[in-house]
Amino acid sequence: MGDVAVSVENLGKAYRIGQEAERSDTFVGALAGSLSKPFKKFRSLSRLNTFGSDTDGADILWALKDLSFTIKEGEVVGFVGRNGAGKSTLLKLLSRITPPTQGRIRIQRRVSSLLEVGTGFHPELTGRENIYMNGTVLGMSHAEIKRKFDEITAFSGVERFLDTPVKRYSSGMKVRLGFSVAAHLEPEILIIDEVLAVGDAEFQRRCLGKMQDVAGGGRTVLFVSHNMGAVQNLCSRVISLRDGRMVEDGDPRTVVRNYLAAFTQAGSDAFTRENEHRQTKGPIHLTFGRCLDGNGSPVESMVSGEEARFEFGFVNKGPPASFRVRLIIRDSDGIELFALHSGIAGASLDFGGEGVVRAIVPKLPLLPGSYNVAVAVITMSHDLSDAMPNALAFSVDGSTFFPGGQTPPRRHGRVLVEHHWEAQSAMTGPATNGP
Amino acid sequence: MMTDPSEPILIEAGKHRHSLDLRELRSYGDLTRFLIWRGVKVRYAQSALGVGWAIMEPLAQVLIYTLIFGYVIGVRVATEQPYFLFVFAGLVPWTFFSNALTQATESLSQNANLLSKVYFPRIILPISNVGTRLVDFTIAFVILIALLLAYGVVPSLNILWLPLLILILMVAGLGVGLGLAALAIQYRDVNYAVGFMVQLLKFAVPIVYPITLVPEEWRLLYAINPMVGVVEGFRAALFADSPMPWDYIAIGAVSATVLFAIGLSYFVRREHLFADVG
Repeated sequence: MGDVAVSVENLGKAYRIGQEAERSDTFVGALAGSLSKPFKKFRSLSRLNTFGSDTDGADILWALKDLSFTIKEGEVVGFVGRNGAGKSTLLKLLSRITPPTQGRIRIQRRVSSLLEVGTGFHPELTGRENIYMNGTVLGMSHAEIKRKFDEITAFSGVERFLDTPVKRYSSGMKVRLGFSVAAHLEPEILIIDEVLAVGDAEFQRRCLGKMQDVAGGGRTVLFVSHNMGAVQNLCSRVISLRDGRMVEDGDPRTVVRNYLAAFTQAGSDAFTRENEHRQTKGPIHLTFGRCLDGNGSPVESMVSGEEARFEFGFVNKGPPASFRVRLIIRDSDGIELFALHSGIAGASLDFGGEGVVRAIVPKLPLLPGSYNVAVAVITMSHDLSDAMPNALAFSVDGSTFFPGGQTPPRRHGRVLVEHHWEAQSAMTGPATNGP
Repeated sequence: MMTDPSEPILIEAGKHRHSLDLRELRSYGDLTRFLIWRGVKVRYAQSALGVGWAIMEPLAQVLIYTLIFGYVIGVRVATEQPYFLFVFAGLVPWTFFSNALTQATESLSQNANLLSKVYFPRIILPISNVGTRLVDFTIAFVILIALLLAYGVVPSLNILWLPLLILILMVAGLGVGLGLAALAIQYRDVNYAVGFMVQLLKFAVPIVYPITLVPEEWRLLYAINPMVGVVEGFRAALFADSPMPWDYIAIGAVSATVLFAIGLSYFVRREHLFADVG
């Protein structure tokens, strides 16, 4: 502890992105264009990695620029940022997969990186064979894998299918197998890209536990995730990136809060096609979203204990059908507080043409603070139709949840629960208070 | 990817290796072995005949060439052996060479996913693809020996030179393959071109015809193609009716070494870029 494990100075990485192809309107022009195309193509291919002096050309994208930091031994550092902020590029540079365009990196210890679950898996090989293959690709020796083999298979829970080709595995089983191998790596520095985004919730929890063991074991971990809960649980320090540059470097609570605040400011245009976090796949498209109070007036701030409504406009481009809608309410730390799920609540929602769908919470159980809402429309066959993690943002100011208007402090719990009390004394018999 | 714990790693913009790090390569021995094994395993997975295909393929080729060149065209060879043995003895090293070349060329683009997810000396990929083909070569070679014995051909002591010829074969195949692989990851055209280049190249080597058909004054030039010395050497070593063609072998060995040096140095210089251009 205390020694520098990784130091990064002035790091930058540029990529050449393709420029729009020229179009010609005449036949002769098109013919000439198609004749010269191979030459142009050759030129653009050969320039893919050459920058020379023109590092500011129109088709050059700096995925990472002027980044400097040092990481001490035993630190667990999380990197947060939106897609395209440069997190994955940074991990690739640190893993020696791609060389930097600028600056330098010094790594003091044995490093192992996990940028993907199940790298080197081959569908034709059996589970057993793939454990060896994947382990070797990740840098374990044959003897080391042999020694840990039983532990790996036990962790994965796919013992019964060890001699089945992996192509017959479900995607969940593949992920389990891949992560089990990775979880048994023992490097001094571990670099992990968004690998927890896959797999079922129960397995994710076990992986987090395993990673906590790794982190607790005094190992240095560099870790990218969109799961703010995981980042806060695991990391002792968080670095936030935007457009390839460092925005903030500090303690997890503060950095994550600021990152999420910047995130929800962009929430107002969540319903545009440009929302990079939006996943539009099915016939239903959400057109807008807003919060309403009990009288049906749009509000940005709500009162705890009062009625709250979340309303979304939709357009159904397919035939009228039933869909499920799921809302997840998160607090400013990114922790999921509760979900409103139409299917689980037993509601049957039919969507035809255009309209609005509303979730009504009669008594909002939230502490004062700021929150955001993720929305997903799911077909009856469990496919995603439209989803966005940052659909709405609202704040809660004031509370009528409990008679006195007071709410317990956040450190005692993040949601309010309706309840009543009784005390029974031998002398006077039951005395109750509340409904 | 794990690295030697004792030394810190320094990654600096604009600085990369210009020569092969043999010590590092050796520490990745397990990975090379596993990739070779994976290649063999995957090639014959879910096929009923399995490794039997390594036998079928050269036999079918020999059959076709014997019919076309031996019977229809009527190529005459000076050896006492039947024409099909003459062809087979040339085809066994050639098939290995052409497979090694195409497989080495494809190795990087085939594994673009690995390149973008883990670090390892990239040269492991072409090496292991060539290694995979060594298995087929061994099987075909055993059949060749069996056929020779069945026809009462007893090889002379010259057969002891075979390992040298196989070495030249591998150096030439891997050398050219390394250079082409480094090109193919950036320009996929190379993959397509190599496919038919190899087909053409086959007739620039005395496989279906004897070297005596090539005008005498051109033969030394012709032998710059390292496969000429290898194929002629194979026949001399196996048939025992002609001396080892040392002139061709020596020329071939030199050109194989030069090709290897060029291919390797180009590969190593480009290595750090593969993940970006792939």
